[in-house]
Amino acid sequence: MTRHIKSPGWNVLGLLPTHLIMFLTLIIPVGIIVLVSFSTRGPYGGFEYVFTTAPYKQILFNEGWAGELEFNPQYLIVVARTLLLSAGTTLICLVLSFPVAHFISLQKPSLKVALIYLVTLPFWVSMIVRVYSWIIILGNEGVIEKTLRALGLIDDMDSLLFGDTAMLIGLVYSYIPLMILPIFASIEKLDPALIEASHDLYGSRLITLHRVILPLCQPGMLAGAILVFVPCLGAVLEPTLLGGGKSMMMGNLIQLQFGAARNWPLGAAISIVLMTAVLIFLVARGLRAVRRETTELAL
Amino acid sequence: MTNGSDVRRYPGFGLFSLLFFVYLYLPISVVVFYSFNANRIVSNWGGFSLHWYTAALSNSALVSAVKVSLIVAVIATTISTIVALMAALVIVRGRDVRFRGLSETVVNLPLLLPEIVVAVATLILFSQIGLANGIVKLIIAHTTFCIPFAFLPIRARLQGMDADLEEAARDLYASAWIAFRRVTLPLILPGVLSGAMLAFVISMDDFITSNLLNSGGATTLPVYVFSLIKQGVSPQLNAISTLIMLASIALATVAFLLQRQR
Repeated sequence: MTRHIKSPGWNVLGLLPTHLIMFLTLIIPVGIIVLVSFSTRGPYGGFEYVFTTAPYKQILFNEGWAGELEFNPQYLIVVARTLLLSAGTTLICLVLSFPVAHFISLQKPSLKVALIYLVTLPFWVSMIVRVYSWIIILGNEGVIEKTLRALGLIDDMDSLLFGDTAMLIGLVYSYIPLMILPIFASIEKLDPALIEASHDLYGSRLITLHRVILPLCQPGMLAGAILVFVPCLGAVLEPTLLGGGKSMMMGNLIQLQFGAARNWPLGAAISIVLMTAVLIFLVARGLRAVRRETTELAL
Repeated sequence: MTNGSDVRRYPGFGLFSLLFFVYLYLPISVVVFYSFNANRIVSNWGGFSLHWYTAALSNSALVSAVKVSLIVAVIATTISTIVALMAALVIVRGRDVRFRGLSETVVNLPLLLPEIVVAVATLILFSQIGLANGIVKLIIAHTTFCIPFAFLPIRARLQGMDADLEEAARDLYASAWIAFRRVTLPLILPGVLSGAMLAFVISMDDFITSNLLNSGGATTLPVYVFSLIKQGVSPQLNAISTLIMLASIALATVAFLLQRQR
């Protein structure tokens, strides 16, 4: 009789390191951060295990001298900005990606591979360098300002850097490959006969696009939307380098609480809000689907 | 053009795509272009010069940051690839595996949680257990988030491989180890190598975790580059960025070609 290649003992042994590492370096730390978000801020930074809901209240309110709570939207604005910028980035990526993915899918196989490689490549080029490149372009005396001046269009202009627009530009640039790939995959799966059928029935290109292609590409677009939206929620580099100190997103707000601001419990509470937001979107999409999509992406 | 009659084509998509690729590559080309600028002020062209490259290569802070990054990336890549390979063998090939789906989710967990949250949580854990060695902290954190990146290409390769080959080796009285060593491993080697390479690139490129865990003597390359950016745009920074891009493009290309290999 042929022995099985792996016995149950081997199964446990093979999976043990992964489970152990993830448990010790992810599950336990995330558990601790939940604990810290309900802890009291230490006198010199850090935290003490004294139960309080103050960090969560702090997201919404300022505490006055006598302990009275005064509504302060400063952190709520950061949360709203994070959601809006992430949604905006996702939308822009969707609009830009579809024509490109569609065009690539019509090329001959060798060119298709080359173009997909070109789409993927920037994603592996250092993230920090890609974000930095926009400082040279948008900044004071930057490429855009110099070009416009050389064309005689402007005399002087406000720096485009530091603000929501600069962040939006940086976010779209950072994450757009994650949108093109799943849309491309779904266009590739499209049966050309359906498009021909639509035309045979006197559907114009526009009607075919609207009634046949776009509906059939919806799964790919949805996958891309999640793949862009979720990392945007946790973006740190784009808001730090392109947003400046005033225009913050949740990612660099959290970082700030663990750095200069030294308010770990508040940072932990904002982390929990961020993680909850991400998990809501992942669960809504279905973990299984997300897993499958991230897998397809790596191929 | 004959293309005009093809109902699948849409006018304008080609031009749009061309502009898109310009948009994709223009910003990084600007960095490369200005790295050869002799002028100290980045956006004023002062002639061609390799001066900033020689300056970068003799910058001792840069060299030590590269060393830290390499040490962390090599160790994290090695551990994560071995761990991911073991997990992939069981998840794809194992029989009667309980919690197969759960295990797959666990492997991919670092991709599902926002990195900044995990980084902050890891920082708190390390401060609680009193781990002070900066490099060790980085190695542990990097190993964790490298595992899914090493896992995915290995799993894909395993799924594409014929399980009968292993069975045949076993029927010919090869031990489990010999069958793995002589049949399975050589066949999935491109997947293992490309997984290792992706893990390596991800580790070398990491900013969020490395920045938060940054402590004396454990400044990685991206964290060092970040500190330079904070000081302002400079031609030497452009030269350093160009060198980093060259290295990552070379690695990504090899990984891409490995994955295409059948």
